[in-house]
Amino acid sequence: MSEHVAPPVLSTRKFSLWYGSHQAVIEVDLDIAERQITAIIGPSGCGKSTLIRAFNRLNDLIPGVRTAGQILFRGEPLYGRGVDPVEVRRRIGMVFQKPNPFPKSVFENVAFGLRINGFRGDLKAKVEEALARAALLDEVKGDLHRKTGYDLSGGQQQRLCIARALAVDPEVLLMDEPCSALDPIATAKIEDLIRELASSVTVVIVTHNMQQAARVSDYTAFMLLGELVECGPTRELFTRPKDSRTEAYITGRFG
Amino acid sequence: MATPSRSLPRAARGRSRRERLATWGLTLAGLLAVAITLTIIALFVHGSLPFLRTVPLGEFLGGTRWAPIHEPAGYGILPLIGATLVTTGIALGVAVPLGLLAAVFLSAYAPSPVRRVLKPALELLAGVPTVVYGFFALRFVTPLLQGFIPSLGFWNGLSAGLVMGVMIIPYMASLSEDVLYAVPRSLWEGAYALGATRFEAVTRVVIPAALSGIGAAFILALTRAVGETMIVALAAGRTPTWPPDPRQPLLTLTTAIVNIATGDHEATAFIWSAVFAIGLLLFLTTLVLNTVSYLVIQRFREKYA
Ligand SMILES: Nc1ncnc2c1ncn2[C@@H]1O[C@H](COP(=O)(O)OP(=O)(O)OP(=O)(O)O)[C@@H](O)[C@H]1O
Ligand SMILES: [Mg+2]
Repeated sequence: MSEHVAPPVLSTRKFSLWYGSHQAVIEVDLDIAERQITAIIGPSGCGKSTLIRAFNRLNDLIPGVRTAGQILFRGEPLYGRGVDPVEVRRRIGMVFQKPNPFPKSVFENVAFGLRINGFRGDLKAKVEEALARAALLDEVKGDLHRKTGYDLSGGQQQRLCIARALAVDPEVLLMDEPCSALDPIATAKIEDLIRELASSVTVVIVTHNMQQAARVSDYTAFMLLGELVECGPTRELFTRPKDSRTEAYITGRFG
Repeated sequence: MATPSRSLPRAARGRSRRERLATWGLTLAGLLAVAITLTIIALFVHGSLPFLRTVPLGEFLGGTRWAPIHEPAGYGILPLIGATLVTTGIALGVAVPLGLLAAVFLSAYAPSPVRRVLKPALELLAGVPTVVYGFFALRFVTPLLQGFIPSLGFWNGLSAGLVMGVMIIPYMASLSEDVLYAVPRSLWEGAYALGATRFEAVTRVVIPAALSGIGAAFILALTRAVGETMIVALAAGRTPTWPPDPRQPLLTLTTAIVNIATGDHEATAFIWSAVFAIGLLLFLTTLVLNTVSYLVIQRFREKYA
C-alpha cells in the first residue's frame, strides 16, 4: 500500500468509553484514512463494536455511557458541544452484524434515509443507484415494491442494508461484522463489494475473522481488552507485527 | 429418499407415546373451546327463536322504534345500534389517540424507571370497577359539560362515551405499549444509523412495524366499548331515540338487555326472547371482532421474524 498524505477522516485522541463503571475502550489513538478500508480485529469483548459505534455516536443511546478524550471527524470534535448526533449519523453510515431491514418494501427500505433527510430529486433513480452500488439491483429489480426486506435471503438482506446506508451518500461506512451471519458465498460477495466501495467511501470494518481482515482491508487495527495494541498497513501487521500480543493473536495462540 | 432405519423407532417409543398423548389432550382442549362457543351460539339462537319467528327480520334489523313492552310494540333495533355506535365512537375517539400517545411515550420516551412505575399503574387503572366510572360520568362529567353545552341532558351519550374512553385508555395503551416495546432494538438502531431522530424512528419505523399489533389493540378496545354496560346504563340513560343524539339519553344494545332484565314490568317469555336476540347480535359482533383481531395478530407475528 502506498503512503498517504491526505489527513485522516476520523481520528481518535486518547478516546475512552465507559458503560457505567466498566471501561470498554481505553485511551485509543487511531487514525482512519480516507477511502481506505480499515479493519478492526481482536478477541470477543475487546471493545471493537463499542469503538466503531462511537464513530457514529450510536452509543449515545445507551444510558450510562460516558466518554473521555476525543474523536475528530475531519478535524472537528465529534463529541463537541453543539454537535448533533443525528447529523453525524447522516454522514457516517452503519451496517450491523445481523441484517436489520425494515419491514417495508425493498424500495422503501432504501428510500428511508432519503425521505427523512428531505431529499428532493429523482427518488427512484437514487434508490436504484444505491441498490446498484450494493450489487443488489439485478436481483430485486422486478419487485422493488412487491418484496419486503424479509423476503430476501440473508446475504441479500445485508446488501439491502448496505444499499440503505449508501443511499444517503455517507462519507464513512461503518460495518460491524457484516458477514458473520452469512454463508461463504454471500460473504465473498460482500467482501468484493466492500473493495469496490472503497473507491468512493471510507470503510471501517469490524471482524473477528482474520482472513477476512487480510483479504479486504488496507489497514488493520488490533484491539485487546479495550486497548489499541497496534495499527498499521494490513500486510505489515500480519507479516511483521510489532507487538508480541499481536503476533500471538494472529498466529492463533489465543483469542 | 433416505431408507427408513430399522433400529431407531424402538428407543423412541416412550417419547412418541407421550407426544401422541399431548397431541390428543391439546386437540381435545381446543375442541372443547370450540364446542363451548358453539353451544352458546346454539342457546342464543334457540332462545331468540320465538322472537325471530314473530318479528320479521326486516323489522328487527331495519326498524327505528324500540318499544318491546309498550302498546303498540316496536321491535326495531336501529336506535340501539345507533346508540352503541355513538357511545363507542366517542369512547374510541378518546381512547385510541390518548392510549397510543401514552404507549409511544412509555415505550420510546420514558426513562426505564418511569416506565417501570407507570406501566403497572396504568394496568391498575384497568381494574377500577366500571360502576365507579359510570357514577363519575353521571355526577361529575355531565354537570361539568353542561356548563359548555346547556342542552345536554341529565342522561346523555356524550359523557358516557367520554368516560368509557377514559376507562379504555389503559387497555389501548398497555396493549400497544407491549407491541411497540417488542419491536426489536435492531430496527431502532437501523433507523438511527440513517440519521433519523427519535420522532422519525418512532413514527416511520417502529409504529409501522407494530401496526398490526396496534390494530389488534384497537379491536380489543372496540370490543370493550361495544360490550360496556355499566357506564352507559348509569350515564346514558335508557331511552331509545332515533336518530341518536349524543346530547340526549340513549339506549345501547347492552342497556336494552339490562332494561328488560331488571324492569319491574311483567316480563313475558316473548320479551325474554327479544333479549336473547339482542344478546345474539352482541355476541356475534364480538365474535367477529375477536376473530379479526386474532387474524391481525397472526399477520403481525409474521412481520419481522
Ligand atoms: N450495552 C452495554 N452495557 C454494558 N456493557 C457493555 C455493553 N455493550 C458492551 N459492553 C461491554 O463492553 C465490552 C466490549 O464490548 P464490545 O461489544 O465492544 O466487544 P466486541 O469486541 O465487539 O466483542 P464481539 O467480538 O463479541 O462482538 C465487553 O466487556 C462488554 O461486556
Ligand atoms: Mg461486537
